[in-house]
Amino acid sequence: MFPLTEENKSVAWLLLSTGTCPRCIFRFCGVDFHTPYKLPYKDLLNELQKFLETETDTVILEVPNPPLKKIRLQESDDETADLSQNGEGRLSADGSIAPRPSRLNVCNICLGILQEFCEKDFIKKVCQKVEASGFEFTNLVLSVSFPPQLSVREHAAWLRVKQERGKQSLSLGRNDIIQLKEAYKWITHPLFSEELGVPIDGKSLFEVSVVFAHPETVEDCHFLGTICPDCFKPAKNKQSVFTRMAVMKALSQIKEEDFLKWFPCPPNPPKAVCSVLEMECAHGAVFVAGRYNKYSRNLPQTPWIIDGERKLESSVEELISDHLLAVFKAESFNFSSSGREDVDVRTLGTGRPFAIELVNPHRVHFTSQEIQELQQKINKSSDKIQVRDLQLVTREALGHMKAGEEEKTKTYSALIWTNKAIQEKDIEFLNDIKDLKIEQKTPLRVLHRRPLAVRTRLIHTMETHYLDQHHFRLRLKTQAGTYIKELVHGDFGRTQPNIGSLLSVTADILELDVESVDVDWPPALDD
Amino acid sequence: MATESAAAAPSIPSLVDRYFTRWYKADVKGKPCEDHCVLQHSNRICVITLAGSHPVLQSGKTIESISYQISTNCSRLQNKVSGKFKRGAQFLTELAPLCKIHCADGEEYTVSSCVRGRLMEVNENILRKPSILQEKPSTEGYIAVVLPKFEESKSITEGLLTQEQYEEVVGKRIRASTAPS
Repeated sequence: MFPLTEENKSVAWLLLSTGTCPRCIFRFCGVDFHTPYKLPYKDLLNELQKFLETETDTVILEVPNPPLKKIRLQESDDETADLSQNGEGRLSADGSIAPRPSRLNVCNICLGILQEFCEKDFIKKVCQKVEASGFEFTNLVLSVSFPPQLSVREHAAWLRVKQERGKQSLSLGRNDIIQLKEAYKWITHPLFSEELGVPIDGKSLFEVSVVFAHPETVEDCHFLGTICPDCFKPAKNKQSVFTRMAVMKALSQIKEEDFLKWFPCPPNPPKAVCSVLEMECAHGAVFVAGRYNKYSRNLPQTPWIIDGERKLESSVEELISDHLLAVFKAESFNFSSSGREDVDVRTLGTGRPFAIELVNPHRVHFTSQEIQELQQKINKSSDKIQVRDLQLVTREALGHMKAGEEEKTKTYSALIWTNKAIQEKDIEFLNDIKDLKIEQKTPLRVLHRRPLAVRTRLIHTMETHYLDQHHFRLRLKTQAGTYIKELVHGDFGRTQPNIGSLLSVTADILELDVESVDVDWPPALDD
Repeated sequence: MATESAAAAPSIPSLVDRYFTRWYKADVKGKPCEDHCVLQHSNRICVITLAGSHPVLQSGKTIESISYQISTNCSRLQNKVSGKFKRGAQFLTELAPLCKIHCADGEEYTVSSCVRGRLMEVNENILRKPSILQEKPSTEGYIAVVLPKFEESKSITEGLLTQEQYEEVVGKRIRASTAPS
């Protein structure tokens, strides 16, 4: 059923005669159901003309310069007549007739968006690109960006249509018009869905984005810059000051009479149609978590680079992430973990929780079997690290790793040297100390990059294992954030008390192992 | 110095030797034997200490008091740094005084920064217990911590003596004083 009623006739006349496409006419007549928009363009045009030809007399009386309209109506139907209309608009502007890419008149409001750019041929082209991109996806979200002056043209048409309806004592609010984006979605979503065989889902992680541009953006927006210079401040990363946001801001500020003075309402026919500036696919990040052991005292957690020069060949994060990058076909990764250990410290026991964000992954669907194989592959590739409990996790779940970072405890084993000879009985008293409160100044070794502060930390328990006159092993359970090396040697007396001061000796730490990081995330898996 | 390395040799180099480079300045401000030692960490942080040959560390000396008040309006104790970038630090030139050491024999010694940079902290522990300065001059008895500018972290030690050069200076000094005149 044709969606327009008698009430819409004058507006439909006005718009069609100034070069507006049928779908934009529907929008300005507030047609808010999808079906009419999806009909083929040619049919829409015919039906619209048929609708307007009936009882033409009454309508024509109400519109100014009816003869012109009649000509145009014919033109849009007749391709040979097209040129004359084109020339009329074009010659007055720049004196030349540019070749027109479309056989249709480009709509003066949507600049072709609701014409060829929502037709099956165009959608097919986009879909071919999507399929060629090699992404794995089960649904998708479509994001389209229109040239900035579409808001200007939309505004101009709205002012004119509002005026026209005013004659019939009808009002027209900004929200009575169907948004261009809405109409575009109504038409194209089913086409995309059908072509790619997956549903469109606003929450999908897979995004197909199409950016439209138009050669006359500056020309159409220029007057706004003159009236509202404050809205158009040049920015470093912007190619043009006429961004969508800036134009919208200016439109919300400009007075109606100023706008009418500076911009033709309804808008003039454009010289060209929109072009596709960008067509891109991107997949939202996915996250992989697990726990790692580090068995080497020559392996940093993250790449160790000073003055652009690599200190050590590899790192924990690379040994794990390189495999993930390859399998997920991701662009890059971000490694995070529940704390970190020094290059010369091993991490034993059940390991340290970590998570890796895989940015723009092309592959995202894996069975637990496949993840387990991936874990084996990582573990086989290096004897410096081992990984367990590898699993896909949500972004939200990462919070478990970072939250409670202050409350969690860690267990260490330290090999300690003393300058003075010790007996077993000299160190036994440490076993009886519970929740020892220490004051740690920011260690000198990290002071260059961390604020200077005194931090109070608790040493929950200590357990001594006497080795010989100058060595013993100390197992400690401490509050997170305790610097263990400094606790042992005292860091120039900047950690008080320290193992040396407790024993009245000079103490030094020869080896340190992390025995447990007491965070119960990610969940353990039975391999 | 001697007291620290006396006992059993550890199986690895000492904390200072592992992470720091020792730099020396002899006869600071032209005062004979007032030698200083700057421990520079690989992260460019400098710990200012007295060299083993400094008069204060010679046997028989007793420190009566140490003062970080270097003039009527300036006390190194007032130094405060905040944040990662250590805003508010006092800036020190290589000749800037850090503290004064008063000895029981009436002598007073001024310790200088020896390196350009910003003062991170002074060692308040030696105010309470000046003897730490003599017992452990290159660790717990340090004078102050200075952070040189990043771009000057190499050049600030250019005018200083290496361990070898320092030992040579001290050796010459001993030979000169024991040589028959």
